Amino acid sequence: MRTGSTTGTIRTRRTVRAAAAVVATGLALTLGGCGGDDDGGGAETVPDEKPVTVDLPKLDGETLEIAAVWTGAEQKNFKQVLAEFEKRTGAKVTFVPAQDPIINFLGSKIAGGKPPDLALLPQPGAVKQAVERGWAKPLGAAAAKELAENYSQGWQDIGKVDGKSYGVYYKAANKSLIWYNNQVFENAGAAEPKTWDELLTAARTVYDSGVTPFSIGGADGWTLTDWFENIYLSQAGPEKYDQLAAHEIKWTDPSVKEALTTLAEIWGKQEYLAGGAKGALQTEFPASVTQTFTGGDQPKAGMVYEGDFVQVNIGETKAEVGTDAKVFPFPAVGDSAPVVSGGDAAVILNDSKAAQALATFLASPDAATVHARLGGYLSPNKAVEMSAYPNDVQREMAQALIEAGDDFRFDMSDQAPQAFGGTPGKGEWKALQDFLNDPRDVAGTQAKLEADAAAAYGD
Amino acid sequence: MASTAAAGTPPGPAAPRSRKSVTGTRRAVAALFLLPALVLLGALVVYPIGYSVIRSFYDQSGDGFAGFDNYEALFTDDGIRTALKNNIIWVVFAPTVATALGLVFAVLTERVRWGTAFKLVVFMPMAISMLAAGIIFRLVYDQDPEKGVANAVWVGVHDTFAQSSAFPKAHPGRESPLRAAGGGAFVTKEPVRAGTPVALPLVGVAPDQLPDGAGKAAAPKAEPGKVTGTTWQDFTRGKGVGTLNGVDGTEVGYGGMRIEAVKDGKVVASATAAGDGTFTLPAEADGALLRLPGDNFEEAYNGLDWLGPALVTPAVIGSYVWMWAGFAMVLIAAGLAGVPRELLEAARVDGAGEWQVFRRITVPMLAPVLAVVTVTLMINVLKVFDLVFIIAPGSSQDDANVLALELYRKGFSEDQPGIASAISVFLLLLVIPVMWFNVRRLRREVRR
Repeated sequence: MRTGSTTGTIRTRRTVRAAAAVVATGLALTLGGCGGDDDGGGAETVPDEKPVTVDLPKLDGETLEIAAVWTGAEQKNFKQVLAEFEKRTGAKVTFVPAQDPIINFLGSKIAGGKPPDLALLPQPGAVKQAVERGWAKPLGAAAAKELAENYSQGWQDIGKVDGKSYGVYYKAANKSLIWYNNQVFENAGAAEPKTWDELLTAARTVYDSGVTPFSIGGADGWTLTDWFENIYLSQAGPEKYDQLAAHEIKWTDPSVKEALTTLAEIWGKQEYLAGGAKGALQTEFPASVTQTFTGGDQPKAGMVYEGDFVQVNIGETKAEVGTDAKVFPFPAVGDSAPVVSGGDAAVILNDSKAAQALATFLASPDAATVHARLGGYLSPNKAVEMSAYPNDVQREMAQALIEAGDDFRFDMSDQAPQAFGGTPGKGEWKALQDFLNDPRDVAGTQAKLEADAAAAYGD
Repeated sequence: MASTAAAGTPPGPAAPRSRKSVTGTRRAVAALFLLPALVLLGALVVYPIGYSVIRSFYDQSGDGFAGFDNYEALFTDDGIRTALKNNIIWVVFAPTVATALGLVFAVLTERVRWGTAFKLVVFMPMAISMLAAGIIFRLVYDQDPEKGVANAVWVGVHDTFAQSSAFPKAHPGRESPLRAAGGGAFVTKEPVRAGTPVALPLVGVAPDQLPDGAGKAAAPKAEPGKVTGTTWQDFTRGKGVGTLNGVDGTEVGYGGMRIEAVKDGKVVASATAAGDGTFTLPAEADGALLRLPGDNFEEAYNGLDWLGPALVTPAVIGSYVWMWAGFAMVLIAAGLAGVPRELLEAARVDGAGEWQVFRRITVPMLAPVLAVVTVTLMINVLKVFDLVFIIAPGSSQDDANVLALELYRKGFSEDQPGIASAISVFLLLLVIPVMWFNVRRLRREVRR
């Protein structure tokens, strides 16, 4: 189980939050006729020619190491991308499995004098830290060229530190999605909501039909911070979001109070949460997904909020993504719906011709296309053909991400110092868990958040 | 560590005054033989301890000298204070409970014919790694009675004494004539009149959870001089509400629902709905408010919150006892074998009861063994980590925190190696007196 939650943790970090005005289209994710196969597996159905857009040097006899926190199918699929690189250049690439938080893992590797050549860092903060400590090496001309050609300005910018490009955002996640059990919605006669009020109505309708509306994986604090961030982004707007992420405004700000109060409209109703608040606090993320999509007409809950990676967990149930399990974008709380995303940036730690070539390859649509075909992967690379994605659900999520353009925001808790935004039982995770337990205590939660934030940001 | 050191150095204290010892070995030769052990101990024990002590005086990055700042953090940080408090609870309860249970098992199994088989079973958890035991107990304590055996038992016991109700999730729908009245009950907003049929629509009971007696709902019929009405589920699966607050052909009556007529806080009449949801109250109910009492809606009992903030530490200690009671039992049973039978027999002949024999003879004779077992477990408990790390869910890990876990969290996820080193030094200081006690006792045993 620990494994489950760790994987989850890893995922949040990856979160890119594409915020935004965006996405009327992408958000309209009408998943109507998606008879798509679920993630993975679908590769064979897509024409299998691999695009060649980037020139790579011959690297026969060279060896490279690349570290990432990916496990399971994610790791397996990425190794196929590495295999493609090996085939084209003749270099030998080894995947180094890292633990979370990867920055500490790299720290011990570097202290030991043998860092991997590249690493995939899941937070912009980690890229910054790697640069400050002198570990990361700037991208060369070839990689920079690919980056400029294939990525929107916003994605290029979050890979930069002090104006220099260090990170190639190879993988992205869309974290503004609510997944629902289609059978439950049909039984209840509920419709996909577009606004927060419609979401409350849908929840009420589902509840009236005898099914608990929401499943929350509250044992993992990061699912709770993601809830909050979506609401805050949509309600307070991107500027405030950026300020709060940088701790330029305090957590005692009225905008935070408003967001928490809004959140309490759902979290405050014991009967809306599977198992009540206490049950939710002991439900880990994977279980929060599976309990929504098992149990036939009577699942433990009708909806579950989280990013595109939810489909990996749906894959563990008998439900089919696109028919039994459907998804709608996180509804607009304020003027526009939030689009929140996350991502992993490839960073060079050991500068060499081969390392630069791999970074260039990862910035090219060639690598992303290979990975996209395998499913369970979204690329922020706008040069990737939408046809490369194996099913409609994936395609629409990728489309939304690309269309968000520069209007995305990175997961706030991923931007925060680890002690505040990324430690089980501490900081923001713990404060929101306490809030879920007692949603009336808005002021107390704000005070606790502010105290923890002040300590973690060091001001 | 201590025992290794003790085993490695016996030649030391017996150092001969002359250059040659009794066996005729030179000091140089002795040193040569000691060298591998010393190098290993130095590299694996002394150096890490020394470095941790040094590191604990430096700041987070390891570049600046921080004095006692890290130690100050040790006693001001809330997380560490909780960990300290929990460690004390652990050290007090876990070893004593495990030893007491072990003693009981050891004494009892001695008398049973299948004692060895029983001992084997009790000892078995020791063969499982802490990690696996943690995963097992994570499931044992699962909140859902369908999964967690602890709650399954608890709920089973509870439900034999208290029945759950038929309509647990029923609640008034939109624009309902009912309102919540506290204690889970619902009451009509307006008083009812005899001869005017009353509608008591509710929603929210899943169709497959309706009681067997429930049939299609019938619209209430007026009866002069009596209060009549229907209580039913104003919702059909897949069709929605239909006529709001009106009975539709597909809707189901709440057969078995209890209805009370209340005037000025007093129940003047009551009835139980028939299978089609209809009910009839006598004329006294005229002008009263109709109440659906809370016991209609009581949620199924969901058991204890084992891994919630309040119970998580005792729950984890329970799993520790499950693992280590067997260890205590085996050591105590070995000690018991050394207790002279004739003493027990003599006491029995003198007319002592079994309890007296146990209390006055067995326990005092076993005291040294009991002390060793308790102290060994204490050292073991001070460094407990895996069980807490695995069993406590993220939401209550803070409440279940112990020093070793806090050390890990500070060192590896919060990137605070200075504070983590300080915690480790502090733990070492805590273990030393206990260790010293054990070593001294061992020496005394040897002398004897």
